[in-house]
Amino acid sequence: MDLQDLRLLAPEIVFILFALILLLLDLMVKRKEVIALTGLVGVGISAYINYRLVKMGWLGGVLQDVFLFDGYSNFFKLIFYINLVLTILISLRYMKIEQTSYGEYYCLLFFATSGMMIMASAGDLIVLYLGLELMALSTYVLAGIIRRQRRSAEAAMKYFFLGAFSSAFLLYGIAIVYGLTGTTHLKGIASGLHELGLLNNPITLLGLVFFIIAFGFKIALVPFHMWAPDVYEGAPTSVTAFMSVGPKAAGFAVIGRVFFDAFAELDIQWSAILVPLAILTMATGSILALSQRNIKRMLAYSSIAHAGYAILGIITGTAEGLVSTMNYLMIYTFMNIGAFSVVILLRREDLLGEDLEDYAGLSKEHPVAAALMLIFMFSLTGIPPTAGFIAKFYVFMEAIYSGYVPLVIVAVLFSVVSAFFYLRVVMYMYMKEPGERVELSMSGGMGIALTITTIMVILLGIYPSLLLEFVRASVLG
Amino acid sequence: MFLCIKSVGMPGEYVPIDYIPVIIVLFVATLIGLLPLVMGVILRPRRPYPLKLSPYESGIEPVGEPRYRFSVRFYVIAMLFVVFDVEVVFLYPWAVAFDKLGLFGFIEMMIFIFMLLVGYIYAWEKGALEWD
Repeated sequence: MDLQDLRLLAPEIVFILFALILLLLDLMVKRKEVIALTGLVGVGISAYINYRLVKMGWLGGVLQDVFLFDGYSNFFKLIFYINLVLTILISLRYMKIEQTSYGEYYCLLFFATSGMMIMASAGDLIVLYLGLELMALSTYVLAGIIRRQRRSAEAAMKYFFLGAFSSAFLLYGIAIVYGLTGTTHLKGIASGLHELGLLNNPITLLGLVFFIIAFGFKIALVPFHMWAPDVYEGAPTSVTAFMSVGPKAAGFAVIGRVFFDAFAELDIQWSAILVPLAILTMATGSILALSQRNIKRMLAYSSIAHAGYAILGIITGTAEGLVSTMNYLMIYTFMNIGAFSVVILLRREDLLGEDLEDYAGLSKEHPVAAALMLIFMFSLTGIPPTAGFIAKFYVFMEAIYSGYVPLVIVAVLFSVVSAFFYLRVVMYMYMKEPGERVELSMSGGMGIALTITTIMVILLGIYPSLLLEFVRASVLG
Repeated sequence: MFLCIKSVGMPGEYVPIDYIPVIIVLFVATLIGLLPLVMGVILRPRRPYPLKLSPYESGIEPVGEPRYRFSVRFYVIAMLFVVFDVEVVFLYPWAVAFDKLGLFGFIEMMIFIFMLLVGYIYAWEKGALEWD
């Protein structure tokens, strides 16, 4: 055992240490702001160590490559850091309004994020599974953290049952692949499938299908999306923002890792399976969002549709396609958390602020909040000066380069459909007369989060190469 | 480590010959379980009367339904039990292989126990160990 390798685990070790510290801190201090601030410090330290390790060029695998510290995993870890920081910033005031300011909330956010980090770094299916369970178990509890609210408990229950079911699929897939190749190591699986002539074996395909089901659940691809609207609506809004970005990005991270490393030679097969799923996902997400009056539910369906667009990059099976998907996920992080932040802004002690009617005439009373929502809605639709356009553009371009022209036409058509329900929010804000007076629940953390997300959404829209070059460098080296 | 564990014979053309005794034992176990029940049904005389049909023929007469609601505290106790039970289960193999694992194994185990200690302090402070 080479102890020197363990330094590459430092970001995860610091993360878990801070999760434990937050748990104990909750027993000692009454003010939740202290816990949140300590959490932010923890993310900062972990991210800095990660940055230093990358700067010193210490890339590589740990413990016979079961844990990979490479550009790919580090890019996803950056998404998770951003996701966690923004979630903590938007949570503080909101959790007080919901009367659920528990210290465990921050501890669970940390454990969930460390699970995602382990998933992104996994070079072995068992490590991947461990990370996935750590993430999933924490998010089940987070979804139900408003204990006294019926719909929050319902969300946690639904998420738990369906999540446990999808874990079973993943384990079955791992067992099948292990039975065929005699290893759970991703590189070993790739060489095993090749050397033993298992590429055309139907059992291999069965294993692949089980993986797609399990990962499809995490990113809410359509036949496995049933949990998403109910869970997103029922969970506290800050947790919904966290869940709609983190576990989804982690799901994409493992899809990229497993399919591009272990099943690289089966790319025709998994593309063929993913194409109909992508079309179904875009169609269901966009069409069902049309009839939603609850804004959280609408954003849930929108996040389903976005998974459909993002998977196009994976379908291409090329490294450039993967780059476009990762680019998409980073931009999606900013615009989605931004949109949920505005939803949280409307939540008060006496108003849920989730109904479309609550947005009527928002521009007259709170022009800044309305303008921010406008930017995020434009970005989610994919209208040019915003980052959402760039995200969709690169994914579609890569798909066209790989010859999936009909698929891209379908994607663009559903993108047009999605404009209706995004712009309807804008229409309510700008063209309707305001109802009763709406007070915003503004706070310092919320202000910082909104500033970051807005700046990034506009900056990446105007200057896309900033992010794109970074993604290219982290994937292609 | 666990990566080195591989199935016997060539992967891909693996015949589960080693597991045939397991299947036989499974079959025999099922048979031993079922046989007395089936034989009992066939052989025993059948003379029922109310007292004989009651759950405890020679005990106290049952009062009320057995399925009543009991305190949620039992659930917390059960959960704590699982955590510390599992801890001890993991300590055993470590203790047996202590000389082979050496210092690294010791430190690893201490980290494991430290994490459970944090959980223990948390549970204690939150009052999970108190009955009232």
